[in-house]
Amino acid sequence: MSMDILLQNIANSITLGSLYALIAIGYTMVYGIIRLINFAHADLLMVAAYIAFYGILIFTLPWWVAFLIAIALTALLGISIEKVAYKPLRSSPRITVLISAIGVSFLLENLGIVAIGARPKPFPRPEELVWNIHLGDISFLSLTIIIPIVTFILLAAIIFLVKKTKIGIAMRAVSKDVETAGLMAVDANRVISTTFAVGSSLAAIGGILWSMQYPQVDPLMGVFPGLKCFIAAVLGGIGSIPGAMLGGFVLGFLEIMLVAFFPHISGYRDAFAFVILILILLFRPGGILGENVVEKV
Amino acid sequence: MDEQLRTKFILNIVFLLAVALLIYWGQHNLNNFEIRILNLAAIFAILGVSLNLVLGFTGMFSLGHAGFMCVGAYTTAILTMSPGSKAIIYFMEPIHPVLANIQWPLLPAILLGGITAAVFGFVIGFPALRLRDDYLAIATLGFSEIIRIIVTNTITITNGALGLKNIPSIKSLWIYWLAAILTILVIKRILNSSWGYAFRAIRDNEIAAEAMGINIFKHKLLSFTIGAFFAGLAGALMAHLITSVDPTMFRFLFTFQILLIVVLGGMGSISGSVVAALIVTIGMEVLRIVEQPMDLFGVVEIPGLPGMRMVIFSILLLLVILFYRQGLMGTREFNWDWLLNKLDRLKDRMRGEAA
Amino acid sequence: MNKPILQTDNISMQFGGLTAVSELSIQVLPGEIVGLIGPNGAGKTTVFNMITGVYTPTLGKIYYQGNEITGLKPDRITSLGVARTFQNIRLFESMSVLENVMISKHVRLNASLAEAVLGLPRYTNNRKAQKEECIELLKRVELEDVINEPAVSLPYGKQRRLEIVRALATNPQLLLLDEPAAGMNPNESIELMQFIRRIRDEFHITVLMIEHHMEVVMGICERIYVLDYGLTLAQGNPEQIQNNEKVIEAYLGVVELDA
Repeated sequence: MSMDILLQNIANSITLGSLYALIAIGYTMVYGIIRLINFAHADLLMVAAYIAFYGILIFTLPWWVAFLIAIALTALLGISIEKVAYKPLRSSPRITVLISAIGVSFLLENLGIVAIGARPKPFPRPEELVWNIHLGDISFLSLTIIIPIVTFILLAAIIFLVKKTKIGIAMRAVSKDVETAGLMAVDANRVISTTFAVGSSLAAIGGILWSMQYPQVDPLMGVFPGLKCFIAAVLGGIGSIPGAMLGGFVLGFLEIMLVAFFPHISGYRDAFAFVILILILLFRPGGILGENVVEKV
Repeated sequence: MDEQLRTKFILNIVFLLAVALLIYWGQHNLNNFEIRILNLAAIFAILGVSLNLVLGFTGMFSLGHAGFMCVGAYTTAILTMSPGSKAIIYFMEPIHPVLANIQWPLLPAILLGGITAAVFGFVIGFPALRLRDDYLAIATLGFSEIIRIIVTNTITITNGALGLKNIPSIKSLWIYWLAAILTILVIKRILNSSWGYAFRAIRDNEIAAEAMGINIFKHKLLSFTIGAFFAGLAGALMAHLITSVDPTMFRFLFTFQILLIVVLGGMGSISGSVVAALIVTIGMEVLRIVEQPMDLFGVVEIPGLPGMRMVIFSILLLLVILFYRQGLMGTREFNWDWLLNKLDRLKDRMRGEAA
Repeated sequence: MNKPILQTDNISMQFGGLTAVSELSIQVLPGEIVGLIGPNGAGKTTVFNMITGVYTPTLGKIYYQGNEITGLKPDRITSLGVARTFQNIRLFESMSVLENVMISKHVRLNASLAEAVLGLPRYTNNRKAQKEECIELLKRVELEDVINEPAVSLPYGKQRRLEIVRALATNPQLLLLDEPAAGMNPNESIELMQFIRRIRDEFHITVLMIEHHMEVVMGICERIYVLDYGLTLAQGNPEQIQNNEKVIEAYLGVVELDA
């Protein structure tokens, strides 16, 4: 493999890893607080991408306005999903809530199909954000730089939010122990809503960046990235925000490199993430950064 | 007591005869399209009942049913297609020489479909069943996807993404419903046996079940493997009903439909799953109209809405899980005791009124 | 001198950084009723969980009838003859009283699943015999009038008793009772004491129990171990324990203040 192809692959894996990391944080935050795999999280990517798509194409909004609206509406949707479909089941068995999450996910996907059809549509890339950069012999898209930068800024912001702000500390308290946090006058409902808002906004940003990088939107576009980002969250250590970031980058890197070095098995690319998931669940269920402690009965 | 047993035995016979008569009638009076839908319902009944064994009775949240169906469907398809069709269909890459000239009769091929799926279930269950709840769900979903991806990539065996066509067709209501009734009977007998109670014990309280000497892992694996067997059987039947298979058929959507049947019928009720399988399959067909353009009195034309059926079914699932969690039957079963009791009470009341 | 039926050899259990039990050594002789007492958080239930295989001790060894059982799975340990009840009652909530007890017999069934599905005589006879055995057992403990009731519909005291019967149905030689008198009034406690003594005598078993009710512990236990924050504070017969200054200071004194 020549040097520029290797560089190209490294750049690709950083881009993909950034996207995975952004989306994985939403999974890990929600899981950390209400112990639920939020299946609908994957579909929020799609919703955000479509809102941005229609904002630009139909309402001819400036791209940044369309993006902001998409992020806001997606956050709102995330909060409403929790209120309608998860909150009433908070004291039910975990299986029940999970079924509800699967139901919401299917509802969103099929509403997408009903509203805009199953056929993929090209996503309008704003010229201000997407251009070609030439560096000696290699040329690459501006997104290769923009996506990691946006990601790193957001990751820093999230870490600040969780570590330093009042609501972040409340989040950590609720994720440790809902009841005790309640006794300490933490309003669990508000914390949960905030978590969903933050997670969903990140999913929205992830979805918009995703559809610029791979410029196409369709109602099922969130499914595979969603599953993989959940895997990334587990890989890093579910419930841990730095873990989700690490897991996202590791998974993105492994996936790109697998295809780069073993092109003949590239057909198995999507299976690869699941193999990682199963291995990690079996041998290090706490993930890379998680603690593996004896489960108290 | 003995007399009651005899009554129940006779009632069972009468019930089966009535079902047989109904199938006979259907076979001769329904059109091909209607028969096909009822056959599909029989397949969904098998799927629902087998997922209920795993999810409703043993408490394991498996989302891998579509994968097991895929294994069953491909097994029987490859074994029963004629060498001639195989030569034509595998045009990207020729079929593996070992498989090229095999042509089995239908029954053993379908059974082997179930058995192969059971082997997959056993092998997958071995690592996966060390996990619980949501982790088990996502791991089984992962395995199911891995199966699909393997099928897409092993072109000399499965013909890859192009799928298989010209699978020998089975049209008779008898075959599908016989399979469904046998499945229901076998699973009912398992559930009423000591093993069935061991499964329930694990679902109710794993720690207590273990303290009563039950080997949790062995029993979970047993239940999971049985579930995989029947899912494979259903997949095999599906291959002969549709006569073509391809990897995209066995996406998560399929598992979703089975999950809907189990939840709607009641997690923990076999009769509920059967009723729900009929409702969902027939509902799926009836609701086809909402996806087709409609002409209202020749004045307004409503365009078709593809995807609308799944929207309706997703909402149905959410409504059941949020507001009516026990589903149609909860954990109750249709049984003669209940019916006989009602009749007795009715008789008593009539006697009371006469006096 | 009798050989101990149960012996723990300096067992310790740690969860993350927390030490729940530290170097506990106990011996239980066949036929004894031994008490394990200590304030909340003393690690008593953790000891039970280690003996029954729910946890593997971080350090130390456990011997049952002279054989090491450290790290065996709970179902293996049950089949060797150790049965238990739970502090928070764990009945099978979807099942009747009889069905709850019959679960204990499942592993002793001498037939295959295929025989069960086909209804072959080896299974049906075996199962029928087990059913009669369980009904007999329920009669002996005066629960025969509720055998077909849902287990969770029983009053609290009877649920506790059912848990004990369910454990007895595994044919144990050693029975571990985790706070059997919890939530009982004095009358019920006295009844329970008689019941425990009776099953010990009738079933020829050994009993190790965790209990907070001092009247119960002092009333039936022949020997007592006192735990405090993972450490063994004292051991001896009820009289010795009641007069042990460390125990009075750490534990009994508090109870007397409460009373």
